[in-house]
Amino acid sequence: MPPTSQSIPQFPAHLARVLRVLPLAPLSLSLTAYARRVAKTHAGLFRRLGEHDHASFELAPTDMPFVLLLEPRGGDPKVTVTRRAPRADARIAGPLAALIGLVHGAYDGDALFFSRDLVIEGDTAAALALRNAVDDAELDLSEEIATLSGPFAAPMRRIVSFAQRRTGVCLTRPEDLAAW
Amino acid sequence: MDLTVGPNAFFWTAEQQTELYAALETAPVDRVVLGEWVCSKRLPFYQDQIPHWISGLMEAGKQISLTSLALITLKRERKATAELLEMGVEVEVNDLTALAYIPAETPFSVGPLINVYNEGTLIWLAERGAKRICLPPELPLDSVRTLCKVAKDHGVIIEMWGHGRIPLAISGRCYHARLHGRTKDNCQFACEADPDGLDVQTLEGTPFLTMNGVQTLSDTYACAAHQLPLLREAGVGALRLSPQSVGFVDLCQSYRQLIDGKLTPDALTRTLQGIVPAQRLSDGFLTGQRGVDWSGSTSHI
Amino acid sequence: MVMEIVCPAGTPAALRAAVKAGAHTVYCGFADETNARNFPGLNFDRAEMREGVAFAHAHGSKVLVAINTYPRAGSEALWHRAVADAETAGADAVILADPGLLAYAARHHPGLRRHLSVQAAAANADIINFYAQAFGVKRVVLPRVLSVPEIAAINAETEVETEVFVFGGLCVMAEGRCSLSSYATGRSPNMNGVCSPASHVEYHEDQGVLDAKLGGYTIHRVGRDDPAPYPTLCKGCFTAGEKTNHLFEDPVSLNAEQLIPQLQKAGVTALKIEGRQRSRSYVAEVVKNFRAAVDAVDAGRPLPTGMLARLSEGQATTTGAYKKTWR
Repeated sequence: MPPTSQSIPQFPAHLARVLRVLPLAPLSLSLTAYARRVAKTHAGLFRRLGEHDHASFELAPTDMPFVLLLEPRGGDPKVTVTRRAPRADARIAGPLAALIGLVHGAYDGDALFFSRDLVIEGDTAAALALRNAVDDAELDLSEEIATLSGPFAAPMRRIVSFAQRRTGVCLTRPEDLAAW
Repeated sequence: MDLTVGPNAFFWTAEQQTELYAALETAPVDRVVLGEWVCSKRLPFYQDQIPHWISGLMEAGKQISLTSLALITLKRERKATAELLEMGVEVEVNDLTALAYIPAETPFSVGPLINVYNEGTLIWLAERGAKRICLPPELPLDSVRTLCKVAKDHGVIIEMWGHGRIPLAISGRCYHARLHGRTKDNCQFACEADPDGLDVQTLEGTPFLTMNGVQTLSDTYACAAHQLPLLREAGVGALRLSPQSVGFVDLCQSYRQLIDGKLTPDALTRTLQGIVPAQRLSDGFLTGQRGVDWSGSTSHI
Repeated sequence: MVMEIVCPAGTPAALRAAVKAGAHTVYCGFADETNARNFPGLNFDRAEMREGVAFAHAHGSKVLVAINTYPRAGSEALWHRAVADAETAGADAVILADPGLLAYAARHHPGLRRHLSVQAAAANADIINFYAQAFGVKRVVLPRVLSVPEIAAINAETEVETEVFVFGGLCVMAEGRCSLSSYATGRSPNMNGVCSPASHVEYHEDQGVLDAKLGGYTIHRVGRDDPAPYPTLCKGCFTAGEKTNHLFEDPVSLNAEQLIPQLQKAGVTALKIEGRQRSRSYVAEVVKNFRAAVDAVDAGRPLPTGMLARLSEGQATTTGAYKKTWR
């Protein structure tokens, strides 16, 4: 279904409050590890960034107490989770569900933007390149996270499945058409 | 370097146009393109005068072309285009539709609204009978240089947009009519009140575009004065001056003096300022980052 | 015969999504300035094009390769190579706009079917027949300036197949004949394959009021609850005379779904969906709807009710020039 402001689930505020005390360094390390995995398994994603593959992106889930700084660094990506807005070339902000839904191809970036569920600031071309590259990569976050290892893997899996149950946030790539 | 007067883009009365073409008989220009360029609904108001204008200008020694419309869709527009040839003067093609009516190897000229961006298209047109091509105003100088070389080998003269508000777009929709809450079929000739088009500003109040019925032009007046040496060196054979309602013959004279080395580019722009105070100039398509840019010493003269 | 649905694919993932959703035909382009959707992160490299064509063919769909910008003087080889590579990749046709490139393709790739791009803005039967005669063009994508009766009149006078836009972004200017973008930003659809490029867009939000600038010109300002527009020049908000408004076109997108039966009667062969810059989910959603619609029309059933407005720009739609009052 196409999104509207009403249909995009918000991450529950009381859960977000719990996350406020979450230690961010391990989360950064896990996400960086994850991004590096993606760089290996989906090299095309970074190729698609083209001239923007050294830009920096602030990904700001507006219903969460932190933001992500994504630096593709030409295929050697780094993710930093911070509580304060970092300096980035482009900022993409919206409810966590919208950001994740974009990654999974459940939502259309233009539609989210027109409905103002998604806000883009800074280098619009870089933001578009990232969006288009991610859309082509057909990522499945929960599947990828399931294969993560390291000290933060288990708690992250728990958070993801809990969040998915509680919010209806689309964390798994929607099934292909039944007829297919 | 020759001077060509392009077809008038705006809706002027027959009297205003008669005055222009009479004055051009003695103006230092080599060539005049007449006819309706923008909207076929304007033609009936002055169509019967065109032969008189042509004969006057021909007697004065000017070369003459008749332009096609920029966008041909309706049956009567197709018919009018087919009939252009019957006037016995060279046709300037501004919608490729006109080519469908021009027999192979009949000489014709190509106006600035035809997309001649590369050698292949230029050669195809030359083989079809094109003798003169006014390149699209959007082209950068590098392309102009390349195309001039090819044109020379094929006996085609290259002309560039020299002065005047730049035609940027043509549409099926009439914006003048829309502004007045009318449809195109019932436009009541809303464009008639704006002999140089209607100013269109951005939300900051910056002048940006010019509305002219179905056509959209730049707010700025293109002025190729500063690029004249480069254009000459590239092999451009003529500059096109686009009619404006005030001081156009003086403007033609100034450009003639510029070409003859009797006026500097800065002196020319001062003259232009005297003709239309507070006008903004541009030459960015040729050598700038973007079309609206101006390489002259004063940004807004 | 059921009308052909021609669907956009900006990425290989979108191509697969379109094919799976029932697209008869997909159109796409190479990742360079040879196509008119030369946007960051979009389009196909040579290997992706070969794989995309193979995937489509394996599932009974066709692929058209858009090489529909105007080759740059001195660099025509890039466009010539694109035509050759489209043929090698197995494309069912190329979509071209430039007469020089059409002449080249007709001479050097006579076996490769040629469609005339909307960027050529061929708006009457005489010019369409001229293109057919001069370059062997088999299909023309009609410019978005024609009404349904005018389209019917064209089809009555030509053997060339016609393809018309039914959904997505809407050019109000005759396509391929607009330099607004290069005037304001230096980059244009004809030369660079971009219009109002993202690289020249700036958004600024202050207390819910969103300003959108293109090339430094503020051409949109919307309040907190309004849909956000992309600052496409012809859909900007301007002042002329006493009026401040969307003087050229409102920020609407085309939805001619309800006109499908009339377009079929008018002799149209194929229905085209705009949106190579849109996501694979959007493509799948729109394709499903239009496929259902043409299947219904073909079976003599009533059209399914429109579901597509929410996917549209500014969330408002128009039937554009197909209804004559649009002009």
